[in-house]
Amino acid sequence: MSIWSYANPRKFLDTTGPWVPWLMWLSAAVLAVGLVWGFFFTPEAERFGSSVKIIYLHVPSALMAINAWLMMLVASLIWLIRRHHVSALAARAAAPVGMVMTLIALVTGAIWGQPMWGTWWAWDPRLTSFLILFLFYLGYIALWTAIPDPDQAADLTSVLCLVGSVFALMSRYAVNFWNQGLHQGASLSLDKQENVADVFWVPLLVCMAGFVLLFVALVLLRTGTEIRLRRIRALRARARRAETVPA
Amino acid sequence: MMDLGRYAAEVISAWGASLALLGGLVWWSLRRDRQVRAELEKTERDNG
Amino acid sequence: MRAVLGRDLRLAVRAGGGFGLGLAFFLIVVVLVPFGVGPETEILSRIAPGILWVAALLAALLSLDRIFALDHEDGSLPLLATAPLPLEGLALAKALAHWLTTGLPLVVAAPILGVLLHLSGPGMLWLLVSLAIGTPALSLIGTFGAALTVGLRRGGLLLSLIVLPLYVPVLIFGAEAARRGADGLSVATPLLLLGGIGLGCAALLPFAAAAALRVTLR
Repeated sequence: MSIWSYANPRKFLDTTGPWVPWLMWLSAAVLAVGLVWGFFFTPEAERFGSSVKIIYLHVPSALMAINAWLMMLVASLIWLIRRHHVSALAARAAAPVGMVMTLIALVTGAIWGQPMWGTWWAWDPRLTSFLILFLFYLGYIALWTAIPDPDQAADLTSVLCLVGSVFALMSRYAVNFWNQGLHQGASLSLDKQENVADVFWVPLLVCMAGFVLLFVALVLLRTGTEIRLRRIRALRARARRAETVPA
Repeated sequence: MMDLGRYAAEVISAWGASLALLGGLVWWSLRRDRQVRAELEKTERDNG
Repeated sequence: MRAVLGRDLRLAVRAGGGFGLGLAFFLIVVVLVPFGVGPETEILSRIAPGILWVAALLAALLSLDRIFALDHEDGSLPLLATAPLPLEGLALAKALAHWLTTGLPLVVAAPILGVLLHLSGPGMLWLLVSLAIGTPALSLIGTFGAALTVGLRRGGLLLSLIVLPLYVPVLIFGAEAARRGADGLSVATPLLLLGGIGLGCAALLPFAAAAALRVTLR
């Protein structure tokens, strides 16, 4: 049995439906462990004081903000190449989740920036890139909601997602070029994991796992919602046809 | 309650805002799913 | 392709075609800025390259929704799609027409408006060059956005929401080149990157725009 059999909406619903509550509870449990651990049982960092606790939300949400876009990109490609409706709907379902993650990363970043850099907002490359990513999410979601025909909407948003990915990447480097940054995060970011002491790293990993689980659970749930919405549409359209054209 | 030192306001507001956003997202997704499920059931009943 | 181009140009120049509109908008934005930030010469000449770039970008945005909307309304878009010219070529011709009617006048007008903002001599030269290299990319990206939103109600607002984030890299490199030029620094890097973006857009975006048009016409 190949993975593509899950492209059947009915099979997708039947398979993933029972998972969703489990995944929800699992992610809640993992998040609770990670966050409580991070909040109550980690020491303060020398330079950052207790403000270091913000990373348990900032880093995982930033990670998921980018991963959500990547997932949308893959789902859009699958839709464009293999025309599986579930894939297009999954991309649509992931967008608001990714947008909220971006927002969380921005808000926590701004609140952290206040004591660290003495300002709420610095036009730092990373912050700026996230702001631009947020705008991309906005445009993507707006395009979805603006087009009444679902297949056409799926096609056009997929094209936008592809082109948007290229431009988002380009903006990332453009912004880097525009303002060589002073992001504190170098010592706290993923690419430098050896710089982070284990006391911070382990709970942070737990939090990241919790965010990933939460994202999966939410996307599955929301994809199910979208599939049901389409089914309602199809049923109504059939009912209308039956009324206007007597059999 | 533990002592958060001089960054207490920042830490608590950041956590509060993030958890509120996450909670809102989960709540909104669940509510919408319930609504759509009910709607689908109704539509299926009406159109048999 | 030449026929499409000529037709679009004629339509734009004809009364009500909105030929001068973008230019007038450009002028008004540039005039409004000193009212907003105050008349000090140093401040104005410092922000002039950025202001002129942002204003040019907004002026280019203004006429984007006309690229396909008129053809869509009067039903000539499906006809154009069945013409021997592939849709990719159509998108390219449309972008070129948009640039000739909107981008080129902006490039020519920018140094004149630079006088109002006390832009320095080399600044004017490099502003002109950076706009000349950057505005075709703006037209191409805009054509893609217009192809995505053609036939939608309230498409204009959506179009700006979609296109503006895509304009970010062009704006960054364009304004950076103009700013460096005004300060007498080397402008080669941003200009080359700007040119690279423009060529990349010209090579790839007509295909994306044509794909979007095919979906809409299906």
